[in-house]
Amino acid sequence: MKKNMKIGLFIPCYVNQLYPNAAIATLELLQKFGAEVSYPSKQTCCGQPMANSGYEHLTQSCNDLFIENFSGFDYVVAPSASCVLHIKDHLHSHADENAASAIRGKIFELVEFLTDVLKIDTLDAYFPHKVGIHQSCHGLRGLHLAQMSELVAPDFSKPKQLLNMVKGLEITELDRADECCGFGGLFCIAEEAVSVKMGKDRITDHTNHGAEYITSPDLSCLMHMEGILQRNNSKVKIIHIAEILNSSSIKV
Amino acid sequence: MKGTQDHATLAEVFNRDEDRVDWHDGALWWIRQKRDRSANLTPQWEELREAASAIKSNVISNLHDYLLQFEENLKKNGVKVYWASDAEEHNQIIHKILSDKNINQMVKSKSMLTEECHLNEYLADRGIDVINSDLGEYIQQIDNEPPSHIVLPCIHKKKEEIGELFHEHLGTEKGLSDPTLLTRVARNHLRNVFMTRRAALTGVNFAVAETGEYVVCTNEGNADMGAHLCEVQIASMGLEKIIPERKHLGVFLRLLARSAIGQPITIYSSHFRKPRPGQEMHLILVDKGRS
Repeated sequence: MKKNMKIGLFIPCYVNQLYPNAAIATLELLQKFGAEVSYPSKQTCCGQPMANSGYEHLTQSCNDLFIENFSGFDYVVAPSASCVLHIKDHLHSHADENAASAIRGKIFELVEFLTDVLKIDTLDAYFPHKVGIHQSCHGLRGLHLAQMSELVAPDFSKPKQLLNMVKGLEITELDRADECCGFGGLFCIAEEAVSVKMGKDRITDHTNHGAEYITSPDLSCLMHMEGILQRNNSKVKIIHIAEILNSSSIKV
Repeated sequence: MKGTQDHATLAEVFNRDEDRVDWHDGALWWIRQKRDRSANLTPQWEELREAASAIKSNVISNLHDYLLQFEENLKKNGVKVYWASDAEEHNQIIHKILSDKNINQMVKSKSMLTEECHLNEYLADRGIDVINSDLGEYIQQIDNEPPSHIVLPCIHKKKEEIGELFHEHLGTEKGLSDPTLLTRVARNHLRNVFMTRRAALTGVNFAVAETGEYVVCTNEGNADMGAHLCEVQIASMGLEKIIPERKHLGVFLRLLARSAIGQPITIYSSHFRKPRPGQEMHLILVDKGRS
């Protein structure tokens, strides 16, 4: 790792408000690897919900603020594949396109940052549980965090690569490796019945194979599945991958 | 026609019967697994897909020229060509072709485009009866429902329900659910339709600009039965169905059925090029938001 690497920590708005533990775990994990991590306190939503609903032309103020917050870093890292993908694909600026383009090239989702930039091969983490991996569509198809199951191509999975370094953890295999959970942002509102059924089916695949936890690089999918798990009083829990990777070996 | 509510509302109703949803999901996943097995057995599968994608990109970039080349070759072959900018125009053209010949019955096969244009309803309102001859679409038509899936139109129906429909509409004995027997019943009914229809309409899977021929892929042979027995043959195609040269078919025919249901190739890949003596051929090129 480059000495004194400066990382801007981008915490998506809903992670900040609903899952602060995932944000803290991300910060601690990056610090464990010696990075100098800052959290620009003026950050807000990246503009993804607006852009995904067809209002990308109204996201300029979000873009400008993002550029202002994150231009000064070597890398921008976030614990959310979908928000990272949004910035990677849609961050533009009328005032300074070079600055926008620079950020598009240096923003990483946490998992890919650990495997591709820091290239870590060991982790001091302990999580003695059966864990199912949920591949978010944005992470899978947008960021290529794992191989898409319909392709005739060599298999790989960056989340699995990291989870395999965690002591005590057993990964549960699934019947359908990369099906969508049905969250889909506004899809879960527009198509509630289909969205809920897709979420139930995803959970069933995990529980049928004995998962105690469902993890993912995307909390939005997990949030959707958590809602369904809680309504059904399930013992199965959701957990962001950062919290597993940051789980200390002292905890037994 | 049933099914005019919005998707979310209908999906809510469909999802109330969860066992049925699970059965439906299992049926579609089984097809996906067949597709995956087939893809994995085909050498250079991804290269084939990339080649197909590149050919289509070329087509879209040069659509204007290929369409005119196709039209010119169709005309040379003696096929009458029409251009329709929307569904209304498409339906009017077909109505005119049929009414000019005093035809009030037509057999149809393999056309999602005419579903998109609501041709059956349009012609029914004008006294022309259309029968869908693909088995799945035939079943859907008997039940007065649109297809639920683009290549598996009645995948949402169980064989017992199809038996019930046939009992009600085709007079078969009650409780029939054997797929072979049900297919034979449909075949007997359709055979009579093929023998008596003066007009047949098909869709187009691939239109070859180089030669002016078009290719229709079916498993049931129904497109051929219709086309070979009729005096007026009509094809409706979306602008995007063009491919530049006949050699490009080799790429698409290897991909098509494998991608759809895991089958190496459709049973029939029929090339239509010019009318038989005494027969008319008409082809309608439909834009409807494509260009």
